[in-house]
Amino acid sequence: MAHAQEHTSHTKLIWKVFGILSAITLVEVILGIIKPEFLHLTNFLGTSLLNIIFLVLTLVKAYYITWFFMHMADEKKNLRRAVVWTAFFLICYLAALLLIEGSYINDVLGPLTKWNY
Amino acid sequence: MESTIATNANRDNWDGGANKPLGASYGKMMMWFFILSDALTFSGFLGAYGLMRFKFIDSWPIADEVFTHFPFLHGVHAPMYYVALMTFILIFSSVTMVLAVDAGHQMNKTKVTFYMFLTIIGGAIFLGSQAWEWKNFIGGSYGAVQLNDGKIIQFVNASGEQITLESFAKPSQTERTQHIKSKGLWFVEEAALPAITLNEVIEGFKAHPEITIRTEQVNPELKEKIIIPRENAMAYLNESKAVVTGANLQVNEYGKTLFADFFFFITGFHGFHVLSGVIINVIVFFNVIIGTYERRGHYEMVEKVGLYWHFVDLVWVFVFTFFYLV
Repeated sequence: MAHAQEHTSHTKLIWKVFGILSAITLVEVILGIIKPEFLHLTNFLGTSLLNIIFLVLTLVKAYYITWFFMHMADEKKNLRRAVVWTAFFLICYLAALLLIEGSYINDVLGPLTKWNY
Repeated sequence: MESTIATNANRDNWDGGANKPLGASYGKMMMWFFILSDALTFSGFLGAYGLMRFKFIDSWPIADEVFTHFPFLHGVHAPMYYVALMTFILIFSSVTMVLAVDAGHQMNKTKVTFYMFLTIIGGAIFLGSQAWEWKNFIGGSYGAVQLNDGKIIQFVNASGEQITLESFAKPSQTERTQHIKSKGLWFVEEAALPAITLNEVIEGFKAHPEITIRTEQVNPELKEKIIIPRENAMAYLNESKAVVTGANLQVNEYGKTLFADFFFFITGFHGFHVLSGVIINVIVFFNVIIGTYERRGHYEMVEKVGLYWHFVDLVWVFVFTFFYLV
């Protein structure tokens, strides 16, 4: 057929990525259930070390989904940057502002909240 | 002025869309930009959730205590398992979707049909799971008491575990029934009465010396809710306003109502994306069967709907992290 693609099958890669995503999810769930105290009861970058680990693992998963399931790896660099950089920088900016403000409101409001009757 | 006049040279550069500056077809490129804007919408929602969470960082509900149900394991404390299962279902339907795209590249109609079918089934199972999750959250598990200022008080036994209102409330005979039209009260309206009245809860609390209460406040060192000693508990209960079972947009037995509001809104918005994804998948599935893309000579439509479907999975990865893990 004229359109028969030069495309070879990527089935192997797909199953490999599935394995990686499942493994990461499994690690997240196990950590979430056990909540090891040396990770959970710490304070690092404004939250616990455990939460930072969750965040990093989530970003790794997002990378695998975007690059290999959505085939971002095969797109031109222009398109890739137009989509990924825009999202990444805007979201970092928004999240930084909102979380810093949230903390600040807590600093002001927290001491005013009545907990004893 | 001359410089702004469209010339033939200009037309040649773009050539009615045949020229692809980003190396992707118009449809695929626009799907990417739609996904980008949708991703920013979800970030706005999750960012707002983060703001409120940091605002109430000392009294936010603990997810492990909220989502503890698993099908056929009634009464078993099973945090995280169910939502992990949902995550696997969605990841797996993503895999079948990308296999369908892969089969489309090889013009293999049978395989595309089969994998699209599996993807639709996966999406439907996920939607059903989400409905079940909502049902448990709306129905609640232990019940609580709301104070006049809106704070939530939960009941715990001697070892600090939460207990249901039914387990200690003292049944009384003074209950009245709900005012409804069929009872002749056409001129008043009221919401359904709680199965357990406030009075029964307070009397039951007095009759059980081993139980006490805990507030929404979280001990920052232990990351657990603070338990109030029994001798101080009555001072809290004297302030109580209503019995709360389950969660809705007005009240939430697990703590902050905002938690319920964000949960319903964000998982609902995501679920709506899954639903529309399933519908678009079904349309594409039938188009595959009747051979639309075979005649067109390529399966790019499967690729485009695939992009949307993976995006839905991507959003769930973040919702999972921010609602259940963090």
